[in-house]
Amino acid sequence: MMDGSVQNKKNGIPIITVKGIKKAFGDVQALKGVDFELQAGEVMGLLGPNGAGKTTLIRILTTLLKPDAGEATIAEFNVQKHPQSVRSVIGLAGQYATVDEELTGMENLLMIGHLSHLDKVTTRNRAVELLERFSLTEASSRIVKNYSGGMRRRLDVAASLLMRPPVLFLDEPTTGLDLRSRTEMWNIIRQFKNDGTTVLLTTQYLEEADQLADMICILDNGEIVARGKSEELKRQIRGGVLHVTIAELSQLELAIKLVSSLNSQNPEIDEVLGQIKLSVSDGTISLMDVVRKLDENKIKIADIALQRPTLDDVFLTLTGHKTSEKKIVPQKKSSLLKKLATGGRS
Amino acid sequence: MSSVNISAKIKNNSGFYWTISDIWEMAKRNLIRYSRQPVLIGVTFIQPVMFVLLFVYVFGGAIQTPGGSYVNYLIPGIIIQAVLFGAVQTGVGLSEDMKKGLIDRFRSLSMSRSAVMAGRVTADLVRNVFVLAIIMGIGYAVGFGVQTSFGEALLALVLALAFSFAMMWIMAVIGLLVKNAETTQVGTMVITFPLVFVSSAFVPVETMPDWLQAIANINPVTVTVDAIRGLLITGQYTPDLWQALIWIGVLLLVFIPSAINLYQRST
Repeated sequence: MMDGSVQNKKNGIPIITVKGIKKAFGDVQALKGVDFELQAGEVMGLLGPNGAGKTTLIRILTTLLKPDAGEATIAEFNVQKHPQSVRSVIGLAGQYATVDEELTGMENLLMIGHLSHLDKVTTRNRAVELLERFSLTEASSRIVKNYSGGMRRRLDVAASLLMRPPVLFLDEPTTGLDLRSRTEMWNIIRQFKNDGTTVLLTTQYLEEADQLADMICILDNGEIVARGKSEELKRQIRGGVLHVTIAELSQLELAIKLVSSLNSQNPEIDEVLGQIKLSVSDGTISLMDVVRKLDENKIKIADIALQRPTLDDVFLTLTGHKTSEKKIVPQKKSSLLKKLATGGRS
Repeated sequence: MSSVNISAKIKNNSGFYWTISDIWEMAKRNLIRYSRQPVLIGVTFIQPVMFVLLFVYVFGGAIQTPGGSYVNYLIPGIIIQAVLFGAVQTGVGLSEDMKKGLIDRFRSLSMSRSAVMAGRVTADLVRNVFVLAIIMGIGYAVGFGVQTSFGEALLALVLALAFSFAMMWIMAVIGLLVKNAETTQVGTMVITFPLVFVSSAFVPVETMPDWLQAIANINPVTVTVDAIRGLLITGQYTPDLWQALIWIGVLLLVFIPSAINLYQRST
């Protein structure tokens, strides 16, 4: 297994350290000893299906839940021994918008600013600035209950930024959002990287981790089963699959023969589409070989594509199940309802 | 680093200052919420008015009370009935808060942890000041009049608020235990109805069967209503006042720590 954190150690002391964190709820072992480190300014994606333990881990790191074993520090503050200090350096945007639905957007931000012990002038200035940044200025005097899902989530993130926390936790920031709102949220998260904010985000969406995170930890069944940069994880599944579509079906048989001569494995054939699927050990070189060979023999290629392994493939290889396959674990009724509400997409 | 700039802007005040500030901020939040729930406002303010009218004009004629004037007998009972029924809202509100993600937000801030509950209770006390004003207003409209001094009348209202404060903590414990607004609403009726009706709130205890009198006489509602009646009407309020204060003190000693304990344990 690859360990991406090794090369990051040169940057100095990590801003988040997690060592041997365990947590059980009754008979269910939610976390079975989780370790990782995160350097300041990095974005880490904690990827895993529902019930993997992502939210439990976030709740422990944000001082909302005590672990059974292990320790964690944030900006060198121990989450169990100095929870108040930890709270002063973190921002949390929960899985479900944690704002007051009966208050307006502005009232929410002012309340949270005051409760964070910011002075009144700074709170107001920050609130105005954040509402502007998240395109909520016009909606600022409207009651949150009337906001769309995307607006609510943006307000939630804005609320967690009032204190300019150096460390930000985003628990499934795009779960349940429509495509447009998700893209907006992605752009917001990308900006954090430019600001130098350290972000730990959880997601069930492989694409999201791929798009946003410098480092990815795959959490399954309470354990980290893989970690590394997106590219490193994908490289764990070597090669890729070459899809060659032959323009004229009459040439298919010859093409199969030629392609097979390049590769010891038998290619998979789709005779209707005239497509040859070929697993290649080293994608780039074989792609060139195939094109050259077919071209030399005057075979017209309609389409050729090298499909790199996706994080889906990585996940499947490492865990033996797809992210969308939900395991039945004892859960609170509310989380089952949530699952239904979000349609359990991945 | 940007985080340093912002920490410089955090006001450097003592822990006590921030505890009060946090409680006020939470109280403000709850008062804003109340003001936006017209149904709740209706229930809170119209209910005591309805009770006054109902008892004075429907039941009043059939009830014989010492001293003659039923309105004067009734208003102290209405005061306690209203603040007791109103206290249920404290439990309902808390159980609603605990269910939502918002409580996680509060817990992840460096605010005073007790402020969530203390703020709600403060908001509910503020609400009760208005409830008392309404009851006094409708009372005067139907013939009620304070027969004692201004100081004694003020003490009566403060005692009513103290009683409501104790009731709120009982409801807070129930709300935190059942963690469901609807269950809290219905479940607390098992407590509020016997407390209010097996007492001297609306009828003299002497008219009840002996065994029920025994219960009614030790009911905190009875002693508090009798103390308020003494403070507003007869001028005879000992030993009821002391008994009421002991009841309030004991209830607070039991239910405040229980509520805090439950709040801290629930995640």
